Amino acid sequence: MNSPRQENGTPLLEVSELTVHHGQLRALDHVSLRVFAGEVYAIIGANGAGKSTLLRTIAGLHQPTDGAIRYDGKDMTKVRPERRATAGIAMVPEGRRLFGSLTVEENLQIGATYARKGPWTIERVYELFGWMRERRAQRTAQLSGGEQQSVAIGRALVANPRVLMLDELSLGLAPVVVQRIYAMLPQILATGLTVLLVEQDVSQALRVASHLQCLLEGHTTLEGRPSEVTPAQVEAAYFGLAPEQDEEGSEP
Amino acid sequence: MAWVNAIIQGILTGGLYALFACGLSLMFGVMKVVNLAHGDLAILGGYIALGVIAITHVPVLWSFLIVVPIMAVLGYVMQRTMIQEALDRSILTTLLVTFGLSVVIENGLLQFVNADSHSLGVGNSIITQSFSLGSQIQIAYLLVLIFAVAVAVLLGLQYFLSASRYGRMIRAVADDREAAQLSGIDYRHVFGIAAAIAFGTVALAGIAYGMYSQFAPTTGTDTILLFAFAAVVIGGLGSLWGTLLGGIVLGVAQQIGAQINISYEVLAGYIVLLAVLVFRPQGLTARKAES
Repeated sequence: MNSPRQENGTPLLEVSELTVHHGQLRALDHVSLRVFAGEVYAIIGANGAGKSTLLRTIAGLHQPTDGAIRYDGKDMTKVRPERRATAGIAMVPEGRRLFGSLTVEENLQIGATYARKGPWTIERVYELFGWMRERRAQRTAQLSGGEQQSVAIGRALVANPRVLMLDELSLGLAPVVVQRIYAMLPQILATGLTVLLVEQDVSQALRVASHLQCLLEGHTTLEGRPSEVTPAQVEAAYFGLAPEQDEEGSEP
Repeated sequence: MAWVNAIIQGILTGGLYALFACGLSLMFGVMKVVNLAHGDLAILGGYIALGVIAITHVPVLWSFLIVVPIMAVLGYVMQRTMIQEALDRSILTTLLVTFGLSVVIENGLLQFVNADSHSLGVGNSIITQSFSLGSQIQIAYLLVLIFAVAVAVLLGLQYFLSASRYGRMIRAVADDREAAQLSGIDYRHVFGIAAAIAFGTVALAGIAYGMYSQFAPTTGTDTILLFAFAAVVIGGLGSLWGTLLGGIVLGVAQQIGAQINISYEVLAGYIVLLAVLVFRPQGLTARKAES
């Protein structure tokens, strides 16, 4: 990786040569990435590019067939998902995956069950999302999609993670709701979190990301800062139009 | 008056059935395990009580203080080992494994105890007596006590599930175990706790049954498992209070059947079960579908 970003010391999260199979299908093929503390690292790509698989494997929900995941200098490849969560890797899963029979507050309490020490509390989440306190006794099934997404983010935040992984926040939400949720990101980042997000909505990802990586059919097709890449390059990497950019690491 | 008596006796017996059924319902609700060994575990609880009483000479009534913790630990260990192994393969494997467990318990008891019937005699105390309502209705204190215990267990379980930290974790894991993992929860440990509770309640049910009636190694599958299933299905899968309602409906149906002809007692219960399966397969207290 030859992008000229400030690579101060070791990365907080390092994925090297990760290969993941879903049965016969190779969902990820030797994908590597390095996320440094404080970054907003965006992974973009079309449907089926392997973005969600990548996040789920980092969270421990899939076992890779090859490659390694290191977090905070420790090898996490074989660690169980719940141990990764308590070590500080949180994920807002695709489709939100709230506990439907629990109330808003109970969902947050579950998130805080094994929380690390840190700035985030249920109280603070209520401050971030103003509407939530009044409706904390409601079941999450009664909330709108955007509200559910906010609860899912809150549930991840109260664990006080160091790395927050966001899987397709925009999925199934109206653009205005997506913008409102992404508008919260600076406040979340201000507490010192590192964000690794997956997004199909490229313009949204380009707007918030400090580093960008594009996947196509399980391969890395482009990597760099949003300011360094041209829309044409992103388009080519996203749709796989330029065969010479098939290798990871991009030459501008 | 005889009919009123049948209904009252049926309701009270329903408490015992609910005590049998709530653990079955809990294990199904939380880990989707249909525990075919449930009835045998009740009987095992009864035999452990016999052993504990013989060794320590605790009063029969208080033997549960020792037996319930033993069975709860057994439940945790079995869930974390055998049942979890089966779950990791498939839900169907759990049917095979718990069926195997049922056969092993039954034959183990036949081998190491014997085929004779036993009971947990309370001796001469107020519990073995009964009181009269009017001239034709005789109500045994023991049945009232068992009914009260069943209600207390259900209330306690409900409070535990809704208000405690572990109860909340059990509900979360039942909803979405992967999402629970992402919050740092080891769902296998939570499953173990749910199994410990289920085994504990079934041990209590086994002791109650032993005080109320006689049991032998085969009683578990012959009677208890079927009654527990019937109570769960009639009441509605996954609903705690549904098991009490289901138990009561089963008990009343049996007593009314017996009132018509003593040989109809068991049959009448299953006819009601069949009717529920045909006309209201989700059970009487079906939970609302969750999105």
